[in-house]
Parts: sequence; C-alpha cells; structure tokens
Amino acid sequence: MAVTASPERDIVATPVQRATREALYAGAIVLGLFVLFIGLKTDQNISNELILVQRWWLLFAVVVLTMVGRFVYIAHGQPFLAKQKIADIATGLLPDTVATRFFRLPYFIAAIAIVAVLALLAGSLDALLGPGLAGYARFARALAIIYALASVLFYFRSFIHAHFSALGIAALATYPVIVVLVLALYSGSMAGGFQGSLKWIDNFGIQILIYVMLAWGLNIVVGLAGLLDLGYVAFYAVGAYAYALLGTQYGLSFWILLPAAGAMAAFWGVMLGFPVLRLRGDYLAIVTLAFGEIIRLVIINWREVTNGSAGISGIPKVSFFGLMSFNVSDPNYIAKVLDIAQSGAYYKIFLYYLILGLCLLTAFVTIRLRRMPVGRAWEALREDEIACRSLGINTTTTKLTAFATGAMFGGFAGSFFAARQGFVSPESFIFLESAIILAIVVLGGMGSLVGIAVAAMVMIGGTEALRELDFLKQVFGPDFTPELYRMLLFGMAMVIVMVWKPRGFVGSREPTAFLKERRAVSGSFTKEGHG
Amino acid sequence: MSDASPSMNEAILQVEHLSMKFGGLVAIGDLSFQARRGEITALIGPNGAGKTTVFNCITGFYKPSEGMLTLNRRDGSSYLLERLPNHEIPARAKVARTFQNIRLFSGMTLLENLLVAQHNKLMKASGYTVLGLFGFSGYRTASAESIDLARHWLEKANLVDRADDPAGDLPYGAQRRLEIARAMCTGPELLCLDEPAAGLNPKESMALNELLMDIKDNTGTSILLIEHDMAVVMQISDHVVVLEYGRKISDGSPQAVRTDPRVIAAYLGVEDEEVETVLTEVGDEDVIEQLDTGPDSAHGPGTSSSYLAGPVTDTVGHSEGERVTVSRGASKAGQVDARSSAAAKPASPTKAKPKAKPAGAKSSAAKPTTKAATKSKTPGVTNRRGGRK
Repeated sequence: MAVTASPERDIVATPVQRATREALYAGAIVLGLFVLFIGLKTDQNISNELILVQRWWLLFAVVVLTMVGRFVYIAHGQPFLAKQKIADIATGLLPDTVATRFFRLPYFIAAIAIVAVLALLAGSLDALLGPGLAGYARFARALAIIYALASVLFYFRSFIHAHFSALGIAALATYPVIVVLVLALYSGSMAGGFQGSLKWIDNFGIQILIYVMLAWGLNIVVGLAGLLDLGYVAFYAVGAYAYALLGTQYGLSFWILLPAAGAMAAFWGVMLGFPVLRLRGDYLAIVTLAFGEIIRLVIINWREVTNGSAGISGIPKVSFFGLMSFNVSDPNYIAKVLDIAQSGAYYKIFLYYLILGLCLLTAFVTIRLRRMPVGRAWEALREDEIACRSLGINTTTTKLTAFATGAMFGGFAGSFFAARQGFVSPESFIFLESAIILAIVVLGGMGSLVGIAVAAMVMIGGTEALRELDFLKQVFGPDFTPELYRMLLFGMAMVIVMVWKPRGFVGSREPTAFLKERRAVSGSFTKEGHG
Repeated sequence: MSDASPSMNEAILQVEHLSMKFGGLVAIGDLSFQARRGEITALIGPNGAGKTTVFNCITGFYKPSEGMLTLNRRDGSSYLLERLPNHEIPARAKVARTFQNIRLFSGMTLLENLLVAQHNKLMKASGYTVLGLFGFSGYRTASAESIDLARHWLEKANLVDRADDPAGDLPYGAQRRLEIARAMCTGPELLCLDEPAAGLNPKESMALNELLMDIKDNTGTSILLIEHDMAVVMQISDHVVVLEYGRKISDGSPQAVRTDPRVIAAYLGVEDEEVETVLTEVGDEDVIEQLDTGPDSAHGPGTSSSYLAGPVTDTVGHSEGERVTVSRGASKAGQVDARSSAAAKPASPTKAKPKAKPAGAKSSAAKPTTKAATKSKTPGVTNRRGGRK
C-alpha cells in the first residue's frame, strides 16, 4: 500500500456518533440540573404536613426529551444548516438569502388570509372549535400577524434602515391616532375607539416612553461618560416626590414643577457626584447603589413629609398649559370646552404626547451636547480619564455635569410619572427599576439613542405584551399566568442579545465631527469606561 | 560651572531641588535642571531612573515631596507647577504631555481626538455649553476654527487621510504621531514627550524626528523628551540631562554627555577592569571639564539628600528619619565617582578615605587604588579638580 494513513486521521466521528455522545452529555447535565427541581416537589397533605412528592417520570421525560432534541440537532439539524448554508460561518448570523427564502409573497398572502379569516371569526371561535382549539387558533393568528408585519418590514428594509429615526418619530407621533381609529373601526363607534385605546396608549405607549426617557437619561451617565450608576432610580424618585409634594401641598402647576423637579434631581445628582468623584468601576457602582437605597429609605422613614410607605395620593393632574383641564368637575374640562363626548382617553392621549415631547427633548439635548465640547469630554472621559487631565479637561466638573444632566432627565421623568399615576409610593423606586433601566441601556448599545429606544420597546413592550396572551390559559390550563414568566423571558432575551451582539443592538458609535465623511466607529474600539 | 546659567526668561522650565518620595523609596532626589526656551531638552537614563516620575511631577500627576518647578510663559507670567491642580497645568501653564503607553481616545476618530484637546477654548466659545446649546454663531465659528487647527496638525502628522477613522485603528507609529498632534492642539509652550520613539521602526523614527524639528522651528514650542533611542536623542536634542536612580549624573550638550564616563558607566555598567580604562580615558581634558559640571562627592554641598551625598552606600537621610538604601553600590555612576576619588587617595587621603571604603563593596578598596596609583594621570585629575574649586 502506497498510502499509509495514520490511524488518528481515520477516526473522524460521524454525525451520529458525535450526536450520541453530545446527547449523553446533555442528558447528564439536565439530570443534574433538574433532579431536585423536577424530580422532587414539596407539597402539603390533607393534615397540612409538608411531604415530598416524587416525580421521577416527569424528570425522565424531560431528560429523554433533551437527549432526543440534542441528538436530532447534532445528527440532522447541524448538517442540514451547513448544507443549506443558512448560518454564515464567519459571523454566525443569518445571511440575506435565508431571509429572502423565509419571507415570500405566497407566504405573506397566506398569513394575511389566515389573519383575515380568524379575525372575522373572532367572536364565534369558541363555539366553532371549543375553548382548547380556539386558543391555538388565536395563537396562530398572533403568529400570522407577526409574520405579516415582519414581511412588510423586511420588504422595506433598506428604506427603513435609511430613514429609521424619521420613521420612528412619525410612527410614535401617529400611534394614538392609529390606535383610536383602528379600535373605532373595530368597535363601530368613536367612543368605543377611545375607550379601547386606554390600554394601548397607557400600558404600552406611555409606559414604554417613560422607560425610553429614563434610559436616555441614564445613557448620558453610563453610555457617554462611562460612569456606572446603579442608583439612577433615586433621581426618578426625587423628581416624582418633588412634584407630588409641591403639587399637593402648594397646588403649584405641573408646568412650574417640571423644571423644578428637574433642577432638584440635578442638584441631587451633583450631591451624589461629589463623594464618588474618585471612585471607579465596581466601587462607584456600589456607592451609587447605596445612594439609591438611601433615598428610598429616607422616603419610607420620613413619615411627616413623605407619608412613608403609604405614599402620596391625590397628585394633581397635568393641565393643558392651563387652558383646559382634565378634571371632569372643572369648568374648563376639555370635553366642555371643545364640546365633545366625555372620555378618560383624552388625558391619556395628552400624557402620551407630553412624554413623547419630553423624550424628544432628551434626545435633542443629548445629540446637541454630544457635538459640544462637554459631550466630547464625557466620551473622552469614558475612553481615558488620565489623557483627559493631560489635555487640561477639568474631570471633576465634567463628571458632575454628566451626573447632573442625567439626573435632570430622571427628575423630569419622575415628575411626569407622578402626574400620570396620581399616586407615588416608595414601592415604585426599588433597585429592580434601576437594574431594568441599566439593562435597557446596555442591551440597546451604550451611547446609541436608537438602539436604546428599540431595547426599551422590546423589553417593556414585550413584558407588557405577555400580559395580553390570555389565550395561553386555554392552552396550558387556567392556572397558567404568562406574566409570571416575563422576567424569565427578560433574562433569556438579555442572554441571547449579549451572546449575539455583545455591544447591544447598536454597537457602533456615531462620530460627532468629520472631515470628509461620517463613518460609524465599530464597537470594538470604544471603551465602556472604568467608572 | 561650565554652563553659563541662562537668564530667567531664557529658561522655560526650571526644576529646582525636586524630590519625590514614595513611602521610603526615593524616586527623585534633589534634582535641578533647566529647559531653555525654543530648545529640545532630552531627559535620559537607564530604566527606573525616575524620568517618568519627573514628567509626572511636571505635569501635575504627582505632587512632588520637595522642590520647586517654575514655568515661565512667553508673555512673562510664570507658574509654580507644583501648586497648580493637575488639569490647570495644560490649561493655564500651557504644558502638554504624551504618555509612554499611548493614551488615545481609541473609540473616537482622529479628528475628535484633536477636538477634545481644544476643550477649554471651545468651552469658552460655547459659553460653557449654554450658548452653544441654543446655536449661537460664536460657537459655530469657533468650532470651524478648531476643525481647521485639527486639520493643520493632522497634515503635519501626515494623518489627514485617516481623519475619520477611529484612533484605535491606527498603526503604532501613527498613534504616536497622533498623540503628539493632540498635545499640540492644546497650544502648549512646553511639550513633554515620554519616549516618543519607543517601538518605532527607523523610518517611523525619522518621520517623528522631522515632526519634532518642525514643531521646534515653526511653533516656538519648547520640547522636553524622555528617550531611550540615542539616535533620536543625539540627532535632535540641544541639551541632555542624564538621570540615574533619581539623581542627575550629567547635564550638557549631547556630545558632552555622550563622552561622560558616568553616563557610560550608568548605561553600560562597569567591571573592575573596565574602571581602569574608563578612568584612563577620563584623563583627557574634555571629560575632566564634564566631570566638573556638578557638585562632586568630595567638595559638593554634601550632607543632605543631595545626589552624590553618599555614592558609596547610596543611603539617603529620609525626612521621617528612617534610612533608605537603594541596593548597595547599585549606582554605576556612583561607582565611577567613588573610584575616581579612591584613585585620588594619594593626593588627598583624609578626604577620600571614608568614601572609598564602602566602594570596595564590589571588590577590595585597595585594588583600584594601588592600580590607579601606578597610573600617573589620575592623581592629576583630582588635583586639578581640587584646585579649581
């Protein structure tokens, strides 16, 4: 034999062999993970004693399912993906060809047809199919709607990419109008349209926009200046309580108290800034975290002023610049002035546009500041503080302005929050809020306004949307409450995004000045800052 | 002294009796030198000699333990650098610096790097952000001017084609040039460069030399640089200060410093045998002149923590009273001095004896003495020296 192949080279595991091995590993890991979670369950018996329920069959089923899944993926899924060239080897992302195969006109027409049929039958689904199947039908309808929307987005992708900000602002500005009109068509009357729009405008629109504003405010501190702030919610609380206390005690208008709340939050931003000037990284994060807790505990315990955990209620509503009021009993109630039907939706729509305006103000100021020396100094501070000092930049004032500006927008958002809720209590300003806002900033891509807005929409809108999935109850039984799983999904989404795009949705950085052409700076060059 | 001391306005930077102590470690001990306006002054010395510490003191990153750093600006005002806060040294005293390990804003474009350097000017023009936020025209013109200045320095550094690329994307040599361009955008009167040629290939080194000469000739900015690349130092510098273990061992023109035996010893180290040859060479007139530049062990002011107070034990009286020893006999220049004074023993035995004895820590004190005694030239050196004082 002329060819003498070494024995090691001959042993190339076939996919089936590899899959068997991987399946065994996966099964072992799952067994180890779930033996206590699923295999055993604590319960109470009739005489209220704690007993252990053994569920070995369930555990066995889970382990076998995992092994089968892993086996099928390695033995068939991976070779199939490789053959179809679905995943791009270099980037791990889906190439364009797959998307064009996935979004096709016939599929789109089919999706539209499914949506149309199921929407027409919406009222009689339960009667036709029974509650169980009707649940699946609604799920299919939701998927078809998502698919249809995704197809439209995909078809116009280059246009959307080119005009993303303008389209986004236009969509946000027309959102309440569209919601009201669609619901009015659906219910057959304008009043029904307004009534139905409450949930969509308040729970989705306003809620998301508050978080967009908070995240854009925190973006100044974390994304631009690179100072990791875990206590941002403290400024939100300061703004909310400033409006709640001054509004209820002195009856001052929202339009006076909005700047006052911003100024007060900015003041506390500077107060926080001074002691933490010398701290960096983890130490800074811990101190800001403590600051957030201090503010919350002061609010809880300073009962004479803040009414403790009971909170402050009866916070005055925002007026339409003093011209029209949203209180039914007032003589200048909006419905009376404009001579239209009475509805609570006007206030929500007004609040929606108010928070949209505040968000746009935040974005405008951030964009403007980035092109000014102070904004560049913030980013330079994130990149290298020592170099900043060697160039004559006063890092003390630069850090303090970053804290103050970020806190000011937190204060604005806080006073808006108080006006919208009509009630504030320390419950709203827990550490989890800071963590969510920070998560939105990191997910969106630090420093990028568009990415952060998208992240807020996905995270807040997504968790709100889970509340809407009532049909899942029919699938999984009446005990199933989808909103309990939203934090799980929140975490999963974060893990997935961080694995695929470690720098967030928009990892690149837009330069603030250019000589010849503006080119985005890849995220691999920018630094996160060291505190 | 061989150098005629320059008049006050001629010296842009005067370092007087600078000491920097970290706990018990004396990084710089009683260092004094001057950097003259419009010249390139090089600060050289072996690794760990305290060069970067001197820079950090000058640019305010360290507060010196003792001493005075005076910067005289062109308009006649002068600043005591040790009293200014860190960021005001570039802003008010107009001292800019670069770093040994390059510190660029790597995620920002080249242009942005240079615009950040013009922060204070632009801050003023934008009315501390307020006017600029509302789009007043004053800021817009200032902004356009700052971009023109940045373009000017990018052209000088030969980087204008890459102005819109992130700084972290540049090759090493270009990053060095960009850092210098960034420092120049602050409009400095004294530019402090910490090893600008480190890690550069000969071609890049040439480009750097041209840039530095251009800065010196066309902007009137004086340059103080730390450098290990002797080709660069000898080619461009007008004045060289040599440090070893935080003490100045030589000070003068590049040619003079090059032949200074203490400098040679500091860089190359001295074996017992080589001391002979070094000392023999020392015998010629030029080098003797050089040896006279500073106060020497035998006749200098002496008792304090002055740089050659104890060349043999390398012991420094510390302010807290503890005694700090920088590894016995570590200073090579000190050894040369010690040996020359040991060699002078026959001429002035009483003075030299206490100094010479610990010098023998390396071998025996007597050995160089006896050998030196056979050489007729060496006692002459000491005589002349003593005579001149």
